[in-house]
Amino acid sequence: MADFDIPELKEYPIIPHIQPGVMAHSKPFVAKPEFQEPLGYPGELVDNWQEKAIEKLGELKGKYRSLQVFLDACVKCGACTDKCHYYLGTADPKNMPVARQDLLRKVYRRYYTFAGKYFPKLVGAVDLTREVLDDWYAYYHQCSQCRRCSVYCPYGIDTAEISMAAREIMDSIGLGQKYCNEIIGKVFKIGNNLGLPEPALADTLEGLEEEVYEDTGVKVRYPLDEEGAEILLVTPSADFFAEPHVDGLIGYGKVFHEAGVSWTLSSYASEAANFGMFIGSYENMRRVALRIREAAIKLGVKRIVFGECGHAWRVAYSFLNTLAGPFDFLDPNYPVPQHICEFTYDLIKQGRLKFDKSENDHMVLTFHDSCNVARASRMGDFPGGQFVIPREIIKATCNHFYDMDDWGIKEATFCCGGGGGLLTDDLMEVRIKGALPRMEALKDVVENYGVTHMAAICAICKSQFTKVLPYYGFTMDQIVSVHQLVSNAIILTRGTEEPGGEAETADAA
Amino acid sequence: MALEVNGKVIETDEEGYLANINDWTPEVADAMAKADGVELTDNHWEVINFLREYYDEYQIAPAVRVLTKAIGKKLGKEKGNSKYLYELFPYGPAKQACKYAGLPKPTGCV
Repeated sequence: MADFDIPELKEYPIIPHIQPGVMAHSKPFVAKPEFQEPLGYPGELVDNWQEKAIEKLGELKGKYRSLQVFLDACVKCGACTDKCHYYLGTADPKNMPVARQDLLRKVYRRYYTFAGKYFPKLVGAVDLTREVLDDWYAYYHQCSQCRRCSVYCPYGIDTAEISMAAREIMDSIGLGQKYCNEIIGKVFKIGNNLGLPEPALADTLEGLEEEVYEDTGVKVRYPLDEEGAEILLVTPSADFFAEPHVDGLIGYGKVFHEAGVSWTLSSYASEAANFGMFIGSYENMRRVALRIREAAIKLGVKRIVFGECGHAWRVAYSFLNTLAGPFDFLDPNYPVPQHICEFTYDLIKQGRLKFDKSENDHMVLTFHDSCNVARASRMGDFPGGQFVIPREIIKATCNHFYDMDDWGIKEATFCCGGGGGLLTDDLMEVRIKGALPRMEALKDVVENYGVTHMAAICAICKSQFTKVLPYYGFTMDQIVSVHQLVSNAIILTRGTEEPGGEAETADAA
Repeated sequence: MALEVNGKVIETDEEGYLANINDWTPEVADAMAKADGVELTDNHWEVINFLREYYDEYQIAPAVRVLTKAIGKKLGKEKGNSKYLYELFPYGPAKQACKYAGLPKPTGCV
């Protein structure tokens, strides 16, 4: 299946001997002008790219104080070196977080520090050459911006932010990544990453309503563009399109149905994901986020709930208010925005959802903490809520749950290997190798506790695992959505008239 | 990249998807499949034809549940699932079947 060696699964991650340059060839497709220009970037590499890149670096370090601190503060202590899944999976030393940072830091030193300007060799400062730029393009696209390294850095240096800055610099000189930039353009044009137009979305949702009715005899609705609904659900478009994502979406609908609240999706803001963050572009991230605001105002909703999407939740939880706020038109009695897991957990705590856990008895579950949820946001109103709440939902809906080992969960969680804009076929080698630590942690619970399935709350994680699990001897259907488990176990008590009869709909409100 | 079919050169993108959707003919699908070592059977064609019909109407490939439902209706319930589709298109029905059908590759978190 692959033209490279699949790493061997050990009992736990082993720090590999370095193999310099072994991943230098790994580069994603470059965005063509048609994908660059809608985002406000030059179509191709500009003639004076070196000058422009240095200028952009100066602009960014001025704008983001954190970036300058991160570039200045590293003391080369080495705490981060073995923390990156891409280093553990590839053994390329430039995938050590400190080395990845140094690709930008050495250029920063050359042009923006006294020592680097006059004694470059003494401080490891280098000119920005084509070779350096090629390294940037290769290795800043081998970082999933998961921030695991920053947990272990005594200075809290965030490699993700450095990667984002590097990608923003490359975009600004016309060297963009096809995968991210094509997708952002589709959001601007059509409303979602997939390019799913309104009629297709309506047809897909209608099909889901039929499917749920056939399965349950209950008319659970999956409404689109319904003005006056209480809740706007913003979810990754993969939830409409792919498995196991769609089973999660079916679950959200059942929860809303049982809660008796009216809700709607929006065809204009039919995407939770915000790839503007991956490319470090505040302007593009803002343009994507503003669609959610516009949709919420147009539909007249009182609440915004986000579906299972990792980095969307980071943007929503951490940035939405400053990007697209103020949200003073929403109901202040609820979190703005709210995560679907928070919504479901609240109902569980209030005893308003009933489950038949035996519906999930064919599975023994574990939970994969998605990096952006784990390390860049929170859920609920208590510290660590983002770890507790999804697990409590799983335990409320399943009889068999076992956590993976401490070194790979919660704030120490390992990325799935496909985050941060790397979920593309042209990066398959780095995706497969980067999944190694997670696969090792999974293997451990499979062997020791008989775990059969891993649940996640991120569209990227779900797609990535669907793809990479088979390379490690698992099967693609061993990854499930958390709300898929809810969907399986939930007992629908409203509108349960016989099929064919006029069922009472739940969303009269 | 390019593909040669019946002496005609057909332009594709980096991943082998047609650059121009109007260049598609059944022979193009056969040639793409052959390059992957796949022989297209009637079962493959059921899927490819459905994808093209759906795309004509909606300008996007069908979501997996739309596809499995349609195939289940046409070929019997036991074939209306993604397991069957993955047997036909091991690289994923959305991506591999779209390619042979001449449609753009689905993008996003899929």
